[in-house]
Order: sequence, then C-alpha cells, then structure tokens
Amino acid sequence: MTNTPEKPKPLVLVVDDYQDAREMYAEYLEFSGFRVAEAKNGQEALDKAFELVPDVILMDLSLPVMDGWEATRRLKGDARTRHIPVVALTGHALKGHSEDANQAGCDAYVTKPCLPDALVDQVKKMIERREAAQAR
Amino acid sequence: MASPAPLPPADADAGARLVLAEHLLACESATACARAMVEWLARQCGIAVACLGPGDGGAASVCLAAEGLSAPQQLTLARAWDEPASPLFSFRTRPGARWLAADALEGSTFAGGVLAVPLGRPGSPAVALLTLGLSGPGVPPDVAWAAACAGPLLARLLASDARTPRRPEPDRLLRRVINAVSDPVLLTDPEGAVLFANGRAEALLVAGPDASPGRARAVELNQRLFRDTLAQGGATGAGVHRREVPLVDPVEGMDLLFELVTTPVLAPDGPAVVVSVLRNVTDLGRAAQALGESYRKLRATEREARSERHRLDRVLDSVAAPIILSDPTGGMVMMNDPAERLFAQLHDMGEASGRRVRANDALFGSFLSHLLGPENAGVSRWKSQLTLDDPSTGAPVPMEAMANKVLGDQGELTGIVTVFHDRTEVLERARLLERVKEVSSDLEARVLSATAELAEQNEKLRRQAIQLEQASAAKSQFLANMSHEFRTPLNAILGYTNMLLQGVSGEMTPPQRRNLTRIDSNGRHLLEVINEILDITRIEAGRMPLHLTDFGLPELLQEVMAEMDPIIARSKLTVETHLEEGLPGVWTDRQKVKQIVLNLLSNALKFTHEGSVHVSAEYQNGTGILSISVKDTGIGIDLSNQEKIFEDFQQVDSSPTRAYGGTGLGLSICRRLATMLGGRVSLQSSPGQGSTFTLHFPRRARRT
Repeated sequence: MTNTPEKPKPLVLVVDDYQDAREMYAEYLEFSGFRVAEAKNGQEALDKAFELVPDVILMDLSLPVMDGWEATRRLKGDARTRHIPVVALTGHALKGHSEDANQAGCDAYVTKPCLPDALVDQVKKMIERREAAQAR
Repeated sequence: MASPAPLPPADADAGARLVLAEHLLACESATACARAMVEWLARQCGIAVACLGPGDGGAASVCLAAEGLSAPQQLTLARAWDEPASPLFSFRTRPGARWLAADALEGSTFAGGVLAVPLGRPGSPAVALLTLGLSGPGVPPDVAWAAACAGPLLARLLASDARTPRRPEPDRLLRRVINAVSDPVLLTDPEGAVLFANGRAEALLVAGPDASPGRARAVELNQRLFRDTLAQGGATGAGVHRREVPLVDPVEGMDLLFELVTTPVLAPDGPAVVVSVLRNVTDLGRAAQALGESYRKLRATEREARSERHRLDRVLDSVAAPIILSDPTGGMVMMNDPAERLFAQLHDMGEASGRRVRANDALFGSFLSHLLGPENAGVSRWKSQLTLDDPSTGAPVPMEAMANKVLGDQGELTGIVTVFHDRTEVLERARLLERVKEVSSDLEARVLSATAELAEQNEKLRRQAIQLEQASAAKSQFLANMSHEFRTPLNAILGYTNMLLQGVSGEMTPPQRRNLTRIDSNGRHLLEVINEILDITRIEAGRMPLHLTDFGLPELLQEVMAEMDPIIARSKLTVETHLEEGLPGVWTDRQKVKQIVLNLLSNALKFTHEGSVHVSAEYQNGTGILSISVKDTGIGIDLSNQEKIFEDFQQVDSSPTRAYGGTGLGLSICRRLATMLGGRVSLQSSPGQGSTFTLHFPRRARRT
C-alpha cells in the first residue's frame, strides 16, 4: 500500500464540541483513509479552515463561542473557503431543519446519532461530487 | 042631672068663628085640629082650655092641645079621662056637656070647676073631651059651636089617624127649614113608608099622579132600593147608621150614589119613626173611585218600583265590589252588601267595629266632598285611593274609589255612584312584582358578580393555559434538550460499538462480538424510545408540521414493503398486498402515512407467529376516504384492551417479563399522526383470531 504523491489523502475538518464524538469520527476517518483536523467551536473552525483549507468540513451546528450556522455562513461568504463542502451534523430534532442548514450554505445534512460508517460514506460522496465538478 | 042651657049665639063673633072654621077645615091631623080649636076658645073666652084625646098607638090618652095648663096638669087630665073611676070617664058614653065642681076632680086642675064637653060624631061615643076652666055650669055659645064644629072633624081625623099612622106634623117653619136643606131628608116608619119628605127627597122618592111613566118607574125603583137599604141596616136598633145607597135621578136618569144616614126615633114600645138623610156622594164616589184607581196605580207603580228596587238591590248586592249611591248633597241613598260591610253601622257591632265604620264613613265623606265642591262642578269623575279599615278585623283595606256623577235630563246633578275596587290584590301583585324585581336585580347583581368572577376565572384559566402552554413548551423544550443530551452519548456508544464491531481497534473474539452486538441492540432500542418520545413531544408541541404533497399509494406501499423486507424475510409468514383498482392520487403528508403503515406492519409481523399478514388499500368514492388495512392471523387483542393499546407506554402485557418488546409508544404515535391527517386508526380483533388495524384518512388533507 503506497500512497501516490499526486493523490494526497483528503483532509477533513471535524468540528464538534463533544470530545468523544469528535475523536470517534476522527479515528474512524483516519481508519477509513482520511487526514483529519479538529475544531472545538465555530471560531476555531474558521481559523482552522482558513489556515488548512480542508477538502470537507464536518460541522456540528450547536457549538459554543460561534455556532455552526454562523461559522458556515462565514466560510461560504469568504472566497478562500467558499468551495469547501460543509456537511452539517445536528442532534436537535426540534430545530433540525435541513432548510436552516441549507440556508446557511451547508452542502449536506446529517442527523445525529450518525454512525461513523454512515458519516464516512457521506464524506466520500462529497469528495466524489467535488472531483466530478472539477473534472467538468 | 040637668043638661046645661045652650049658650045664646054671639053674632059679634061670626068673623072669628069663620076664621076657626076655615082653619079647622084646613087641618089634616087631629092634633092640629084640636090645637086650632083650643087656641081659638082660649082666646075667645079667656080661660084655660084642654082637649083630651087618644094618644099614639091608642094605649093611653093624651092632651091633644092645651092652653093655660101646665104639663102635669095636662097629664092629670089625660089620666082622669082614661080612669074609669074618674067622673071624666063617664063622658065617653054620655052625650052632652056637664059642669063639674073643682073637688070632683083629683089634682084640682081647674080651681073654679071644669066644664067637660064630649067631642065626636053626633050619636057616637065621644072620641075626645074638651075641658074648660069655668066657675059655674052653663055652656058658653062659642064653646058649643066650636065643639059642634070640631067634634065630627076630630072624629074623622082621629079615625084616619088610626088608619094611617099618625104623622107628627112639623110646623111650617121647621118644614121650610127642612125643605131648604139641599140633601134629601125623609121621615119614614121602620118599614120605609114615607111619612114626610123634603123637596129634594120628594124629587127622588115621590111621584105625583101626573108624572111620566119613566119618572114613575124610576121613583118606584128608588123607593124599593131605599126600603131595602133601610131594612138591611137594622134601622130598628138605636144609634146612627150610615150606608150607601145607589139611586137613579128620575129626571136625568143618571146613576147617583147617596150616603144614607138613619137615626131611629124610639118610642117606649119600639121604633116609631126613622129620620133619614141622604147625602149625594156620587161625585165623591167617582172621586173616591178615581182616587182608588190612582191609588191602585200608585200601589202598582210602587210595587213595580219596589221590585225594581229589589232587583237593583240584588244586582248591586251580587257585585263583589262595594257600591254606594249618594244624593247630590253627599247623603247615603243606598249601598250594596259589600259596601254595608264597610260602611254600615250595625246595632250589634262592638265598640271598635263601630269606630272603624265611622272612620270609613268620614273618609268616604271627605272623598265625596272633593267631588261636590264648586271647584269640581265640571268634573264628572273622581278617583282616589282610600285606605279603609275592615270593621271586623281592623285590617287595612286599600281601596280605589271611583265616583261618577249621575246627571238628570237637564244636566243637573241627581246623584253620585261610587264603586270601590279592592286594591289589596293589585298592591300585593305590585309588592310581588317589586319583590321579583328586587330578586331579579339581586340575581342580576349576582350574575354580574358571577360573570365577573367567571371572567376572572377565565382570565386565570387563560393565564393558566398560557402557563400550561409555557409549561408544556418548557416540557417539550426540556424533552428536546434531554433527548439531544441522550443522543450525544448514545451516538458515541453506538459509534464506538460499531467501530469495534468493524475491527477499528482490531479483530474481536466471538464472545466480544456477541456482547458488543447486545450493547448495540440495546443502544438502538434506547435510541428508538428516545426518538418516539421526541415524536410525541413534537406532535404535542405543534412542532410536527404537515408537509402536504401529491403522491400515489402503490409506490408508498412498495417502499414500505422494501423497508420491511429483511424482517419479512426472517419471518415464516405469507405477506401480500392487495390494492384496489384505480386508487386515486392523494394530497397529504407522505412521511406520516408511511410512518403509520410501517408501524402497523411491524406490529403485525411482531405479534403473528404463523399464517399471514395482508396489506390492502381501498377508496370510498362517496366520502373521499382512503383506507389502508393491515390484517394478521396473530394472537389478537381482547376487547378490554382494545382502547388501552393506543395509550402512551401501554401494551397488552406491560410486565417486566413480557414476551413482546417495544416501547409502547408506536400506536399512540400512529393515532396522533392519523389525527393530524384528519383521519383515524380503527381496530377489529378478538383473542386468537388475529387483528385488523386500518388507517382511514381523507384523500385531500386540510391544513389545520
């Protein structure tokens, strides 16, 4: 198993204030062949996104300091990060409207609880979609 | 006894003798004749003279006439003439005059002797005796002549007097006086034979020989009527009798009515004559008749008036309201019984009752005086409220007095009628009405206060509802937060378990894998419970919106079957669907229909061990209702549990050792979702016979 240099592993930014969940997703993503960066809140997510420019961002919407919606709006409002797909994660069934997330500029929407393999499938779909878009 | 020498004739006295002769001839009665002779002799000779003769009835002789003698002397002479022992008695049979000495006679009537001269027809016994007081024998010629003249005349007259009852001869003055009386006056014997009648009586009862036959008949009739009346009246008794006798006017022929007044003049041996006076009462009779007639009429009128009055009384008495008739001065004329009870003073009423009646009268009087005052002359009606006293009990009787003036033809006041109306009932009613008003206003006040209270309660309730809503919202929020907080660790549990099972941390031994699988399935169950609680919470909080879309049932059912396929494959049941031909497209919340059918189907698969599960769909055109039924051949549900199973957390068997798992929330969510769609879930089942759950929902849902 050799990694081709042309094809570096995609970088996924996992944003979640709940450490167990964040590390679980991170571990499974690494297990599934991704590079992973982590952020504990919206502000940190913005900083990391501007700094690292990940391929996909997994964004938990309920976050301290700055929530996921605000962070997503800012990312989509910035030319440097506008192209990065954002997969929204929410455990709030009551407020968990996909429209809110879509309005904020999310590209996909996943309801917690979400098993790691399902999440990784979603991430893979996003990357394929992006590559297909870039190929056109 | 030598007869006395005759007296020489006295020529000088021829004129006087002629006068006497004429007079004698005119005499109609013996008494008159005797009187004329005695008066003449006494005048001629200047001596006392008496003529004795038979008396009335012929019992005792009397002195027919006398001059110069007292009444006892006359009586003595008359008795001597009747006494057989007396010397005078002998002259009855012995003719010729004789002188008797004074001592020959008892009573010495004539002091100087007496010359007795028998009178009568020559050769017959003397009928009378002439006695003259002479002092010696010798007959004076005048005496002889007068005796010779008057003797036969007396005899004749006495004889006729004896034949016809002797009529007492009233003297002419008396006759004239009686004739002057305008009323008929009669002297009759007891049988009614007329002895004497005045002119007026003769006109009625005496008819001359030359009278007309009609007049004679009328007189005859009158005489008969008169005699009958006289006979009826017991004219023989003493005293005055008055009777009415109807006679006929012989000239005019008119009926006359007389009052007959008879007075019998009694002799010692019975009634001698009857004096009758007739008073013409014809006009009086007619007047009396007319008077009687008008009196009768008056009586009749009075009777009528009385009966009218009685009738009026009865009418007035029959009226329950007191009525009083007053005269124009205000005096009481009449009143009916009800009025009497209030105003009439009775003898037997007590002191207090009397006082009350007087007070009532005074009140009524002052009431009337208002109407009678000059200031109210133009007023014909007067109404006033009087509070009278009940005389017997003293209880106040509130009355309304209504007085009406009764006017005569000329518009003059003839009386006043006052009618009283008892206002007790009216007042009572008014009082009751007042009471009702009071009560109703009280009630109104109470209602108002109750309403206010109710409003307050409503306000409180509203606030409570808001609080409840807020509490409910808080509860929902809490549940949402809680479930979120559950999910986060649960997410980690399920995630790590999943990763371990996938061998992220290396290969698992079979016991580890089995244990991890149990962790996983328990975690999933917990997640299911949390999800369902969250569903119910969202529905109740109204945070489960309807997403209405157009879709077809066949595709939906296909989807459901595909999703349930792993479970169906594991069971040994025959599962088939049957869709009616031409099911219409529906407009409702697809997700909710799907959730309900999924739930019903998974229940059917869970509680059925052998047989089949049959899913069918049909449409009722008339009502626009679609039905999706899930029919199984499972254990069934008895009737007592058929309602219970739709309640939260309720299962037929909720014991910890129950054979069937599940949250007990599935059917309650189904029912809530069906309600949101405007439909319902029905159940038909019996134990051991399987169950049929049916979702009924309208083809087109309405947003609520």
